[in-house]
Amino acid sequence: MSGLHGTLRAFPTLLRVGFMDAVAYRAELLVWTLATTMPLVMLALWTTVAADGPIGRYGQPQFIAYFLATFIVRQLTGSWAFYEMNFEVRSGTLAMRLLRPVHPLWAYAAENLAALPMRFLVSLPVAAIALAWVGGRAVTHEPLLWVLFALSLLGSWLITLFVNFAVGCLSFFIESSMKLMDTWLVFFFVLSGYLIPVDLFPLGVRALVDWLPFRYQIGLPVELMTGAHGTAHALTLLGRQWMWVAIGLGTTSVLWRSGLRRFAAYGG
Amino acid sequence: MIRVRGLRKHYKVHERPPGVAAAFRSLFHREYKTVAAVDGIDFHIEPGERVGFLGPNGAGKTTTLKLLAGLLHPTSGEVSVDGHEPRRREDAYLKKIMLVLGQKQQLLWDLPPSETFALNRAVYDVPRPQFVETMRELSELLELGDLVKRPTRTLSLGERMKCELAAALVHRPKVLFLDEPTIGLDVSMQATVRGFVQRYNERYGATLILTSHYMEDVQRLCPRVIVIDKGKLVYDGALDELVTRIRPDKRIILRFSRPVDESDVASFGTIVRDADGSGANGTKPGAPAWSIALDVHMDAVNRVVTEALSRLPVRDLTVETPPLEEVMSELFARGKAK
Repeated sequence: MSGLHGTLRAFPTLLRVGFMDAVAYRAELLVWTLATTMPLVMLALWTTVAADGPIGRYGQPQFIAYFLATFIVRQLTGSWAFYEMNFEVRSGTLAMRLLRPVHPLWAYAAENLAALPMRFLVSLPVAAIALAWVGGRAVTHEPLLWVLFALSLLGSWLITLFVNFAVGCLSFFIESSMKLMDTWLVFFFVLSGYLIPVDLFPLGVRALVDWLPFRYQIGLPVELMTGAHGTAHALTLLGRQWMWVAIGLGTTSVLWRSGLRRFAAYGG
Repeated sequence: MIRVRGLRKHYKVHERPPGVAAAFRSLFHREYKTVAAVDGIDFHIEPGERVGFLGPNGAGKTTTLKLLAGLLHPTSGEVSVDGHEPRRREDAYLKKIMLVLGQKQQLLWDLPPSETFALNRAVYDVPRPQFVETMRELSELLELGDLVKRPTRTLSLGERMKCELAAALVHRPKVLFLDEPTIGLDVSMQATVRGFVQRYNERYGATLILTSHYMEDVQRLCPRVIVIDKGKLVYDGALDELVTRIRPDKRIILRFSRPVDESDVASFGTIVRDADGSGANGTKPGAPAWSIALDVHMDAVNRVVTEALSRLPVRDLTVETPPLEEVMSELFARGKAK
């Protein structure tokens, strides 16, 4: 408990230093922003396809709203902790984090959160464009659904973070965890709603997607933001999302503990 | 303060011969071998001691330090540091220690060192007045000046190491593990770091364990050394005693007012030669020399000095302990163990 207390006390400094680190390279920030514009490409693609008539429930305005929301959700819930963990485990530099009385996973999480203001900076103009383009009807008007959206955004970030942590922990065991992350990302891009709204999948695939974690990394917050679900169904989906949060937490915890025993702290 | 009993750290390492065929075979069948990085060592270190870990590359020195710092889990054996079991990495333990790895850094690369100091103040929960006082002191001793305001990536190796030391000491650790703290530094910076480490030990009574390939670090800082070879402890005691045991000789360097034949001094002791057979100052074997270095058993030093002064045209004479590097080389070459 004292560990958590100390971590919480140090958290504002972790965030402040993380923010300064995030803005140290302006060019890197620009490249990173460009690398996350895929939803805007998909927006152009799908609105062209929908020019001749709606696809499922999606006409052109719905596709615009969906993919602008996808862009925003991706900005706010992205995580890259895996790449740092993988490098630090393999090079042994994780040792420097382990020497500090703050759990390294908290430190990685703080670094992710610290980049949030920069991500807001990118997201806010897009949100403004979305409102100007498709108007207020593009988003839900139900206050409770906005609350559920906020929860789903947090859940989405946590799942993405725990996936990064869990696959990052596999670097303790195997040399090819980078390939595993790449494989995960392939499934993520296809099944999360990032490139294709999940309700456009055939029913059988949809049933599977409902029980896999990918949709809850992107699709669910976007669907709640764009008013795709009523409250009852939204709550059901939110329950499934937080089930994946719990699974992510448990898996990360087990892999971290067992992985640390294998840590070799190579190199000096 | 530090108790180590039967400490072992064994790694299972995948072995693969070179070549594509071997790479393909390894997909189906892998061969592993167990490497004993640390193989059953025992020692006890009192509070405030300064101890040097010596050993050839791959001897297990750094692995031992990492085990003591809690970075590695022992395969077997017991480790206790100030009442803590390091592998548990309790916050209370981490606040008492610091490991400085000369080849790794904790400084934030893109930010000035002052940000790492502030981060450490927060994570170690150092009261602000103590932080201000510590930083003032560290800045003075290490002559940090404006270095702390420049991004770490723009600092030289020596400047970074000074800032690394300062970052490591923000929380005033009671136990300091230093792994090659002077590696790559120039002679003057090495001396600065050594002087600083000694003052920190004397001022705060901190226990200090040091590994270094620079024997001068060990000679100047560590009255006691622990020698590790192939994961086993081969010597634990005073540095002087180790030198006496391995090389019970002194080196006498004679400088003459005119060239002297080697045959005139050969009976005094063993003439020291370089690898190519040349004597002191590059004198060719057998040729008259202006100076000659002799290794003489320590009990015979007085007699040899007296005889040399009476029989030879000695202009100057010095008596030295053989360089520690030579002593260590001889120890590892002979496998001389306790």
